Amino acid sequence: MRHLMNPLDFSVEELDKLFELAMDIEKNPEKYADKCAGKKIATCFYEASTRTRLSFEAAMINLGGSVIGFSDANSSSASKGESVSDTIRVISCFADICAMRHPKEGAAMVAASKSSIPVINAGDGGHQHPTQTLTDLLTIRSLKGRLNHFTIGLCGDLKFGRTVHSLINALSRYEDIHFIFISPEELRVPDYITEMLTEKGIPYEEVIKLEDIIDRLDLLYMTRVQRERFFNEEDYVRLKDFYILDKKKMEAAKEDMLILHPLPRVNEISVEVDDDPRAVYFKQVQYGVYVRMALILTLLELV
Amino acid sequence: MLNVGKIEEGFVLDHIEAGKSLSLYHHLQLDKLDCTVAIIKNARSNKMGKKDILKVECDINMLNLDILAFIDHNITVNVIKDGEIVDKKELVLPKEIKNVIRCKNPRCITSIEQGLPHIFFLADEEKEIYRCKYCEEKYDSKK
Repeated sequence: MRHLMNPLDFSVEELDKLFELAMDIEKNPEKYADKCAGKKIATCFYEASTRTRLSFEAAMINLGGSVIGFSDANSSSASKGESVSDTIRVISCFADICAMRHPKEGAAMVAASKSSIPVINAGDGGHQHPTQTLTDLLTIRSLKGRLNHFTIGLCGDLKFGRTVHSLINALSRYEDIHFIFISPEELRVPDYITEMLTEKGIPYEEVIKLEDIIDRLDLLYMTRVQRERFFNEEDYVRLKDFYILDKKKMEAAKEDMLILHPLPRVNEISVEVDDDPRAVYFKQVQYGVYVRMALILTLLELV
Repeated sequence: MLNVGKIEEGFVLDHIEAGKSLSLYHHLQLDKLDCTVAIIKNARSNKMGKKDILKVECDINMLNLDILAFIDHNITVNVIKDGEIVDKKELVLPKEIKNVIRCKNPRCITSIEQGLPHIFFLADEEKEIYRCKYCEEKYDSKK
C-alpha cells in the first residue's frame, strides 16, 4: 500500500505514468467514469480549504465513487481532543482512501503510519502540499510539453508557502532548471531547501524585486502571503502587498512565459492580468482534478 | 582528592564538559539499568581545567553510545574489560535520534499529538545537521 506525503514519493518515471494517465482522463473521461464505483474517499480537512477539498471530491465523483469527510476541525472529533493517529484508524474502517489536510506539519505522515488505507497529504501546515505540486507539474507539462530546461521564478511567500517547497523539490529532479526566488527578506525560502539545491548543484538566485528578473523567466509561480501562517498580524499587514503582478510588469515578460498560482489569489495578481493568454492559473484548477483522479486510481491500484 | 576504584568491565567516559555528566546519565538511560555508576563532577583536568567523568560497570554490549557523538564529540570512550582499557571507541553520529531532543517548531505535529516519539534524522553528516522526521525543521540547540 502506498501513500503520498511528498512529491518525491514517486520517481520521475512514476510521475510520467501518472501524468500520461491524467492526460488520457482529460481526453477520454467516459472511460474512467465507473472506475471507482463502490469506493469512498474520506476528505479529512482540519483546516479550511475550498479548492483542494472540492477538487478531491470532484475527482472521486468523476470516477464514480463517493465522498465522506469533514471540512474543519470543529466538526471533527479533533475538537474533542482526538489524536490524528486515532482518527485515521477510525476513518480506515469507513473509507478506501483518505485525503488529509492539517495545520500541523507532519500530520499526514503520522496518519499514514497508523492507517490501513492509502493517505494523501492534502497539505500539512507550511510544510508540503504534494497534490498541488502534481497539479503544477501537469499544467506545465501539458502547456509547455516538457518539464526540463526552464528558468522559473517563484514569488511571494517562500517561507511558509508549502506549494513552493513541494514544487522546488519536485522540479529539482529535472534537467537544467534554474530557480529564481523572489521574496522579501522575512519570507525567504527556508535554508533546508537552498541547502538541498546547493548539494545537488542546482543553480538558484534570491532577489527582492520581481521587475529586475521577470524578462528572464519561462515560468512565474506567484503565491499569496497567507494570513494564517503568521502569529503576528502586524507582520502580515506589512508583507501582504509586497508584490502585485500587473499589466505593466507583464510587458517585460517573455511572450510564452506562463503565470501559475496555486490560488486563492488575493491581490498579488491584478485582475487585469487574467485575460492575458499567459495567465494559466484557472486552467491549473482543471488539471488539478485530472491529476487527483489519476492519483486516486494509482493509489487504489485500479489501473 | 577523591578516589573512585577501577571497574572490571564497562566504560569510562572521560573529558565530559564539566556539569554535563548528569544529563549524559539520563540520555544513556543509566537510571534504568541495574549497574554501578560513578558520576565524577568537576575533576581536575590539564586539558580542560575542569571535567566530568562517568564510570559505568556493565556488559560492554549493553549500552548504545551513539548518542554521545550527538551530544559531544570530544568525549573519550574507554572500553574496559578485566580491569584494563581494551579499546577507545570512536564516536559516530547516529543516523536517527529518538526521544532525546524535542522538536521546537510550534507548527510541528509533535507539539500536539500525544505519545508520538520525537525522531530526528541526520540530514547532513558533515555539518552535523539533524532534522525533525515530521516537519523537517532543523534542530537548533540554542533555541
